[in-house]
Amino acid sequence: MEAILAISIGVLAGSGVWLLLRPRSFQVIIGLSLISYAVNLFIFSMGGLKTDAAPIVDGIADASAYADPVPQALVLTAIVIGFAMTALFLVVLLAARGLTGTDHVDGQER
Amino acid sequence: MMESLFAHIAILPIVLPMLAGIVLVLIEDRHHRTKLVIDIVATVLLLVVALALLVNVNNGGPNLSTYRLGDWPVPFGIVLVADPLAALMVLLTAILALSTIVFSVARWHRAGSHFHSLFQLLLMGLNGAFLTGDLFNLFVFFEVLLAASYGLMLHGSGTVRIKAGLHYIAVNLATSSLFLIGVSLIYGVTGTLNMADLAHRIPLIPEESRMLFEAGAAILGIAFLVKAGMWPLSFWLPTTYAAASPPVAAMFAIMSKVGIYVVLRLSLLLFGEGAAAHPGEQWLLYGGIATIAFGTVGVLSSQATARMAAFCVLVSSGTLLAMIGYENAGVTAGALYYLVSSTLALSCMFLLAELVERGRSSEADVLAVTLEAFGDDEEPAHDEEIGIATPLTLAMLGIAFLCCALVIAGMPPFSGFIAKFAMIGAVLNPQGLGASVGISITSWVLVALLIISGLAATIAMLRAGINIFWVTFDGEVPRVSIAEMLPVLLLLGLCVILTVLAGPAMGYMQATAQYLHVPTDYVGALLGEGGMP
Repeated sequence: MEAILAISIGVLAGSGVWLLLRPRSFQVIIGLSLISYAVNLFIFSMGGLKTDAAPIVDGIADASAYADPVPQALVLTAIVIGFAMTALFLVVLLAARGLTGTDHVDGQER
Repeated sequence: MMESLFAHIAILPIVLPMLAGIVLVLIEDRHHRTKLVIDIVATVLLLVVALALLVNVNNGGPNLSTYRLGDWPVPFGIVLVADPLAALMVLLTAILALSTIVFSVARWHRAGSHFHSLFQLLLMGLNGAFLTGDLFNLFVFFEVLLAASYGLMLHGSGTVRIKAGLHYIAVNLATSSLFLIGVSLIYGVTGTLNMADLAHRIPLIPEESRMLFEAGAAILGIAFLVKAGMWPLSFWLPTTYAAASPPVAAMFAIMSKVGIYVVLRLSLLLFGEGAAAHPGEQWLLYGGIATIAFGTVGVLSSQATARMAAFCVLVSSGTLLAMIGYENAGVTAGALYYLVSSTLALSCMFLLAELVERGRSSEADVLAVTLEAFGDDEEPAHDEEIGIATPLTLAMLGIAFLCCALVIAGMPPFSGFIAKFAMIGAVLNPQGLGASVGISITSWVLVALLIISGLAATIAMLRAGINIFWVTFDGEVPRVSIAEMLPVLLLLGLCVILTVLAGPAMGYMQATAQYLHVPTDYVGALLGEGGMP
């Protein structure tokens, strides 16, 4: 499971960075989305990977039987914030497309 | 009543702008005047709260006031910490906010929708970032202030702003990802996000995880350095700041200082004296020096006043970063004084830049169009203007520009000089006057660069001043209303007060720096038994 997660984070982040560096604004927004998926998975994995473990402790002493709830809370926050920011970026992207007449990130073809 | 209010004073700078922002969203943009009044009242209240906070935390020496949200015990719940540094930054934010709002009364607040609500939310994010004692909470407040700043950046619209805004947002979204990676790495190694708990646990990190932790801290540091504008991570800053509308740019002057603030706080808290060796100290010093050099060249090469001011922001950031890299209480005290003085002066410069260039740029036409689109129910209030062709306007602008330039360049007699003097003095005498220690090459380079950057700023400002005030007079006197002149005078007046009261101000900065360099107070107050609910 660790290997699959690590590879998927790596592939997502790598593709994201490549797209982020492309000149078209649509590629940039997709790149940013991919990076944020990679980051969300990364945060989640920082609590340690556990199968079939509940994140809520109900009085039993052995903490190792439970998943760490904090990264799950963090990732939820990060997803919400990332989603809002992507939506906002999309609006600015459309505004830039409308005003400059091109989808190049610098507003002009080179 | 007063007692219970004082117990909650640490959260007021966050709650107050949040409520004001929410109320302002609900009011339609047609009611400019109502929104303006609410905005100003909320900001004045914030100023009062910030002053009370400052008095409160200095009640008999540095005196933290902690605020546990939901009364959860410290390492588990979110905690707000008001200490002398945070209180100072909150006060600085409130002062800039008030002057910016007053400046926007004349015309800018009508140049787009939701200016006031975004402005209040920006204040909420700034104050939250200054007051929080928790890394993830810091991320949330950063996002709040960034989200508001994206909106404000685009305020007034226009192709230049949209283009600069696109870059600004893309850079900051990528940086936020770095922030999250850093935070989660640190959590993965230490198992905590509370800053005080983190400082407590760092020495206990096992040797094999040490590298992972340092990688996390370095990635986190990069996220803040992008915001602070360290070279080469600062490419976005001059364009963005120069493109933003003047009141927004004036408020942005403190946004790069948020990055500086976090770097200062975390590097002293987590890697300060008594803790393990600081992995990034040298980087801060060299990065700061490179930033000063880059900013200096930029200042000399820029034509527009706003762009010049933006490069001055870089010089100021570089100076502060290099000073933080010294890890010396005396140097930090000078840097804190410089931070306050340069933020006030830069903010003032952004406001002045528009006033003096008014009528010379095509910007005015664009603005006129947007104003028409958004402000149709109100007659443009021009009756309060100082005069049409009286030299009084020009003279006042000229004097204000001169004073502002003197503060930024660090020339006598204003606070900029005292700040640079304090910093250079402390860099050359790290052990205090009299003790003779060898001065490293880096220190000499830094001192030389500080002086050269001041000289460059003087030359650039002189050139701009001559171009603006001494050219043949072709009848285009900038029309300046009293509301626009007041904030400029307020900011400059504060610089003068800072100069006159340099003794007490430096005393405060020294006490704060001493306190910052001994993080045990901070950690003890949070993890110990003390602290208000």
